[in-house]
Amino acid sequence: MNAMTEGYMTADGRKIGGVLMELKNITLRFGGVVAIKDISFDIRDGEIRAIIGPNGAGKSSMLNVISGFYTPTEGSVWFKGYQRGPMRPYQVAQLGIARTFQNIALFDGMSVLDNIMTGRLTLMKSGLLSQALWWGGAAHEEDEHREKVEKIIDFLEIQNIRKTPVGRLPYGLKKRVELARALAAEPKMLLLDEPMAGMNVEEKEDMCRFILDLNDEFGTTIVLIEHDMGVVMDLSDRVVVMDYGKKIGDGPPDEVRNNQDVIDAYLGVSHD
Amino acid sequence: MAEAGMADTSAHSIPALLARNVARYGGYPAYREKEFGIWQSWTWAEAAEEIRAMAMGFLSLGVERGDHVAIIGRNRPSHYWAMVAAQMCGAVPVPLYQDAVAEEMAYVLDHCGARFVVCGDQEQVDKVVEVEDRIHHIKHVMYTDKRGMRKYDHSRMNALEDVVAEGRAGHYRYEHELEARIAELTYDSTCVMLYTSGTTGKPKGVVLSNRNIIETAKNSVAFDKLTHNEEVLAYLPMAWVGDFIFSIGQAMWAGFTVNCPESPATMMTDLREIGPTYFFAPPRVFEGQLTQVMIRMEDAGRFKKWLFDHYMTLARRVGPAILDGKPVSGMDRLGYALGGMFIYGPLKNTLGFSRIRVGYTAGEAIGPEIFDFYRSLGINLKQLYGQTEASVFITQQPDGQVRSDTVGVPSPGVEVKIGDNGEVYYRSPGTFVEYFKNPESTASTKDAEGWVATGDAGFFEEGSGHLRIIDRAKDVGKMADGRLFAPKYVENKLKFYPNILEAVVFGAGRDRCTAFINIDLTAVGNWAERNNIAYASYQELAGHPKVYEMIRRHIDEVNASVAQDPMLSGCQIHRFLILHKELDADDGEMTRTRKVRRNIVAEKYADLIAALYDGRDSIYTETEVSYEDGRKGAIKATLTLADATVVGTEHRMAAE
Repeated sequence: MNAMTEGYMTADGRKIGGVLMELKNITLRFGGVVAIKDISFDIRDGEIRAIIGPNGAGKSSMLNVISGFYTPTEGSVWFKGYQRGPMRPYQVAQLGIARTFQNIALFDGMSVLDNIMTGRLTLMKSGLLSQALWWGGAAHEEDEHREKVEKIIDFLEIQNIRKTPVGRLPYGLKKRVELARALAAEPKMLLLDEPMAGMNVEEKEDMCRFILDLNDEFGTTIVLIEHDMGVVMDLSDRVVVMDYGKKIGDGPPDEVRNNQDVIDAYLGVSHD
Repeated sequence: MAEAGMADTSAHSIPALLARNVARYGGYPAYREKEFGIWQSWTWAEAAEEIRAMAMGFLSLGVERGDHVAIIGRNRPSHYWAMVAAQMCGAVPVPLYQDAVAEEMAYVLDHCGARFVVCGDQEQVDKVVEVEDRIHHIKHVMYTDKRGMRKYDHSRMNALEDVVAEGRAGHYRYEHELEARIAELTYDSTCVMLYTSGTTGKPKGVVLSNRNIIETAKNSVAFDKLTHNEEVLAYLPMAWVGDFIFSIGQAMWAGFTVNCPESPATMMTDLREIGPTYFFAPPRVFEGQLTQVMIRMEDAGRFKKWLFDHYMTLARRVGPAILDGKPVSGMDRLGYALGGMFIYGPLKNTLGFSRIRVGYTAGEAIGPEIFDFYRSLGINLKQLYGQTEASVFITQQPDGQVRSDTVGVPSPGVEVKIGDNGEVYYRSPGTFVEYFKNPESTASTKDAEGWVATGDAGFFEEGSGHLRIIDRAKDVGKMADGRLFAPKYVENKLKFYPNILEAVVFGAGRDRCTAFINIDLTAVGNWAERNNIAYASYQELAGHPKVYEMIRRHIDEVNASVAQDPMLSGCQIHRFLILHKELDADDGEMTRTRKVRRNIVAEKYADLIAALYDGRDSIYTETEVSYEDGRKGAIKATLTLADATVVGTEHRMAAE
């Protein structure tokens, strides 16, 4: 496991660190259905790692294993060098893993600001009582959290909708708010489930820029599932390709693009 | 107030005014900017310290006397400071339009020979980097927003705040030099160079001296009795002369506060939060706000709607008179006071106009209904007429003499005369020094006695002495049968309809007039929603038969009104079409200040114009469009050509 310490340099000059998470021989079964079959790969610190594959390949299940929502039937997940057991959601958050969902999961009736504030919940220290009474450190603490949230609002350029109820926003913006909420938890690793689904070209371009910028500025490790091949190939440092629950390719985009198995299974005809 | 300022002979440059303001208003806020959801503010003393540090930072980078420092970004305190810091170094600030594409930017950067560029963010830096391989004189690029900039080659690039820090650190080294440079500034040294929007041809660099800016600021501040307590919202392009006069010239002279919005999209919220006392906006901003109000009133309950209509009717009748201090009956005054409580007050608060003392609009003609709406609410909205070459002010309306169809009387210190051909000429202390590197244009615009041709045709009204502008002098033409053709006159009438965003009228040298129409997506979209008309795009909505029907009715009304004027009755519109795309500055069809470039539109859509005159019912066309990032695409459409009703057609029938 010397990979723990080594990293690599990307073409655009970012330094990728050692292994942050390692998935070893993961198998996931639901009754008789095998969703994931003996898959191993690693995720490095500061990397943008994509998981692609046709519909039903097991991508979202994989993401759920990474996030700790599913405990694999067989195999083990190693995070920061320690093997991870079954976990509750707040424990996942405390580990520094945040995610967005394929189907937006925001509080529609709450403002954008309040939605993003919920992302900081696990970081708040004052108790229920002092928060309710707005007493002691609670007020001061909220100021601090608000400041962090405002930085994220500024980063994602959503100042103009700060006070707008999320339910009134168009789809593309909701996606951005969801990303903001995930960022509010100051994650070490961010899981994005189809961040560009249903977006128009302009929204996609914005989202790509945000993903690249946040990886660059905060060094956040990003794992994403995406169907838009252009996006995946441009954004990611390394790609895992899945098909029928199995891993059929793993490597830098160019390498994956030319892998015959991958072409057959997913990409169809090479466009080069 | 300008009280002591008059005697202040030392205040002969912006940096000198800054020092004066520190002494006089040191603890008062000079700049505010909303950032991270909070209004951050800087007093005059704090701002001056920042500006000096930035100037010393510039010195450390090697800014020389006479260098041009380009500034490309949205309205932010640091960008205003960069302009003053450049002046301190003896350099010339050149603010550029931030939405310009790289190509346009290349021309201006090349023309002024900018050695230093201050960019707002990565987007602007990218454009500068793109043109750098053609323009070799750029020595150093600075940027305000650090976001996304980490991976750039920084050998000739720096964050502006690092430059400021460097200046601060090098305090002892640079202070002496900086003082020397500031002391060298005179009333005749260049204050700023602004590029004209270029309605025709390439932009020209207008050189304005300290005298131009300070004299103009002094006169206009006195005219409207502005004090150091005014609040302005700086949201108009920094490259535009108006913003320079309001946010630098007048702000420095009067010592008032300049507030910068959080982002362009939050402008309306920020406007409400600041509640400016002195406000400038082009007509389209007022139009947009009024449209918003009307759309939202459509959604209000019956009682609220009734209350609104009732008091607005009253306001229209007596509001302007009350504002002008004319006699109004006691009952009406009472009603107006009640209306103020129920409707006008809350409405003004929503619009952000609660505290407004003086508001100006200029640039384009404003619709009488729009103008009256704001005045009837008790907002002192006035018109002015100006241009870059005059440091804005040529004429303006004094309090109590405000009308929508004039642009007022000559501003203090300005002489105005009408030439033999009807063109307006002026001479003033604000008259520009020259066009940069363009003596021919300077000579043809400004004569030996200092009179400048505005290029606009107009006349002084009998009695009131107010100036009225008809059209661009060169656009006023003749039709084939010799009748007068004044396109702008008709276009303005059309644009007063909320549904019509832009109109371009053709007819010079022809036997009849035709028009291109751009619909207003907000207004027409809302109307479509109410009438269950489904549409997927601007293009589809623009081509809808019902929209055509609606626009035709508007044109018929305009024709009827144009027909009233015997001189201009030939300008009635016979045929029209609704364009499949909005006219856009990115495509060169408009200037960055949103004025239509008539010739370019005529050239680009020659096929459509031809079709309007050959009697066809529809035409297929393909139009090239540019996206914001400079890529090209094409829009394909089949457009309908429609007839409008023309009044008093005997003369015309013969021609047909």
